[in-house]
Amino acid sequence: MENPYFPYPVRIDSVAVETEDRNLKTFKLVFEKPEHQGKFVHRAGQFAELSIAGKGEIPIGIASSPTEKGYLLFTVNKVGLVTTALHRMVAGDIIGVRGPLGNCYPWDKLEGMNVVIIGGGFAFTTLRASIVYMLHPGNRSRFGDITVIYGARTPGMLLYKEELTAWERRDDILVHITVDATDNPDWKYNVGFVPTITQEKAPSAKDSYVIVCGPPVMIKFTLPILSELGYPPERIIMSLEMRMKCGIGMCGRCNIGTEYVCKDGPVFTLAQLSQMVAEY
Amino acid sequence: MSKRVIDKTELPDLIGRLMESNRVYAPVRQNDMTSFKLLTAAEQADFNLSNTTLSPKSLMLPQSEWLFDFTLDKAKKETSFLSEIPHDYSPRFVFGIRPCDAKAFQLLDLNFHSPQYRDPWWVNRRQTTTLVGLGCNNPCTTCFCTSVGNGPFAADGLDVLITDLGDELLLEALTHKGFELLAQTGVGAEASAATLEAALAIHHRAKQAIKSEVPTERLKDRSLIDLFNADFWEEVQFACINCGVCTFVCPTCWCFDIQDEVSKNSGVRLRNWDACMFPLFTLHGSGHNPRAQKLQRVRQRFMHKLKYFVDKYDNGVACVGCGRCVQQCPVNIDIRWVFQLMNGLAD
Repeated sequence: MENPYFPYPVRIDSVAVETEDRNLKTFKLVFEKPEHQGKFVHRAGQFAELSIAGKGEIPIGIASSPTEKGYLLFTVNKVGLVTTALHRMVAGDIIGVRGPLGNCYPWDKLEGMNVVIIGGGFAFTTLRASIVYMLHPGNRSRFGDITVIYGARTPGMLLYKEELTAWERRDDILVHITVDATDNPDWKYNVGFVPTITQEKAPSAKDSYVIVCGPPVMIKFTLPILSELGYPPERIIMSLEMRMKCGIGMCGRCNIGTEYVCKDGPVFTLAQLSQMVAEY
Repeated sequence: MSKRVIDKTELPDLIGRLMESNRVYAPVRQNDMTSFKLLTAAEQADFNLSNTTLSPKSLMLPQSEWLFDFTLDKAKKETSFLSEIPHDYSPRFVFGIRPCDAKAFQLLDLNFHSPQYRDPWWVNRRQTTTLVGLGCNNPCTTCFCTSVGNGPFAADGLDVLITDLGDELLLEALTHKGFELLAQTGVGAEASAATLEAALAIHHRAKQAIKSEVPTERLKDRSLIDLFNADFWEEVQFACINCGVCTFVCPTCWCFDIQDEVSKNSGVRLRNWDACMFPLFTLHGSGHNPRAQKLQRVRQRFMHKLKYFVDKYDNGVACVGCGRCVQQCPVNIDIRWVFQLMNGLAD
C-alpha cells in the first residue's frame, strides 16, 4: 500500500534569491531516487508538501511546469518555522517532497480558449508553472491568446524577473508588468495596482478564462472589474490557501464547508466559491 | 456455528484463550475513568459499565502515534531521510465495544479510506481488528442512537454481537471475521429458538428504553448557507469555553495534527489528536485565521457533524448518539438541542 504521508527525498540543487527583501527564494529540487521522480506527475496549479526532517511540512504551490523535466521548482516566502529553516538551507541539503496534491487549473476547459492570468506579489508561482506550460512548443497551439497581468509592490519584488523580460519580448504572449510605485527612472513598464491595470488593459472576456491569484485585497478589487468586462463566475478561476497538515483531505483543518482546500481544491471557480460558506 | 450461547462465566476463559496468541482489548476501569485498554489479564475487563468515558477511537487512531523516524547526523548517508516506523498489525480482538462506537469506525472509514487515498495506519488496524460488540441492555439517559440510524443492538460495523441474557450470553457472528472467531474457539452451544426469541425481546426492550430523540429528517435538504448564517449560533456558542472535551471524547471526531520532535541527533514525525475548538488549528503563517472567533469554531464542529458530513457523503450525520459530549461538557451544551435548532423544529 502506497503511504500518502511518505515524503520522497530530494536534494536541493540550487537556491535563487528572488526578491530584493531576500524573503523569497526559489528552490530547485532533484529527486534522490529515480523511481520517485517517475511517480511524481503533476499538472500546473497543484501543490506539494515540502518536508524538513525535524521541522515539519509546509504546503507550497509547484512553480515548475510539468514540461520542465528532471526537477521541481518551489518559490517559498519566509514566514514561519519550516520556511525559515528552509531559507537557511543550501545546495546539497536533503529535504522531502510529498505530492503532487490537490486539483489543478482546469486544463481540459482552458484548451482552445484565450487565457488571462492575473497575479500579484508572491502568488505567482503556479501561474509561472501555467505560463511555462502553455508556452511550451508542444502546447502553445492548444490555447488562444495568452495575456498576463502581474504586479508587485516594487520592481525588486517581482518574481522570475528574467523570464518576465523574456516573455515580454515574445509575440505569442502579451505581458503587462506593473508595480505599485517606483522611483526608478529607468522603469519602462506600468505603474499602478493590479485592478487598475486590469481595467486599463481590459483583456476581452470573449472565449476567455481568467486565473486570478494574489493577496486578498487585490482579489477583492479585481473581481468587480472582471465582472464588468463580462467574465462569468464560471470562468473566473482562483486558488486558495489554508493551514494544512495532511494535504490529502484527512486531518480536518482546511475545510471551507464541505470542501477540503487540500483535496477538493485549492483551485475553485468564483461560481463554486459563491456556493460555499464565507470562511476563508 | 453463527449463533452460540455460553455461560457468562466462560467469557473470561474465552478472552484468556485468545490472549495466548493475540492482543485483546476491553473496557477497563481506572479510578473514575473507563476506557478500552490492552488486557494483561482477562479479569481486567469490565463489562458491567455503560459507555466508556473515552470512546475507543484510540484503538484505530492513537492519541499520539509515531509515524516516521529519521537521523539528523550529517555523517550518516541516510541523514534527513524519513523512514516509516514498523507497526504491529497482528490480529487484535476488541471485546465489549458498543454498537454506537463500532458505527463510528464505519463513518470514519469514509475519511481515512477514500477512493483517492488510504491512511495506512487506520486501514491496517481496521483490517486486522475483530470487533466483538456488546449490545446495551440498559442505555444511558443521554443515549440517542436510535434517531441517528443506529441502535442499542445495531449490527453495523460489528463482527460479533453479544446479547446479555442474564446468566448466559448469546454470541452472534455477523461477518466473516466473526464466523472465524466463533469457529476457531468453538465456544458454547448452538442457540435454541427460545434463546433467540428471548434475545429479540431484550433488543426490543432496550430500544424502547431510549427516550432521547433528535430530529434529522430536514438536515439534508436545508440550505447549507442558511444554516451557516443562522442566528442561533450566537446562543449555542455563548457559554462554550473552547475546552475541546467534546472532541476528545467523541468517537467521530478524528482531526489530527502532524509534528516533528527531535532529541539530539534523531527525531520522529508523529501525529496527535487535534481539535477544531482551538484557534491554532486553522491559524495561517501570515497571522490570518479563518476561524479566529469562538462562534466560528463552535459552528464548525456542529456544521461538520450535522451538515457538511451529511452533504459530502450522503451517509447520514457524523454522530452516533453515544451522548458522551452531553455528559462531559462543562457548560452543558447539548448536541441534541443543536440537532433541533439545525433541523428547524426547535421551539
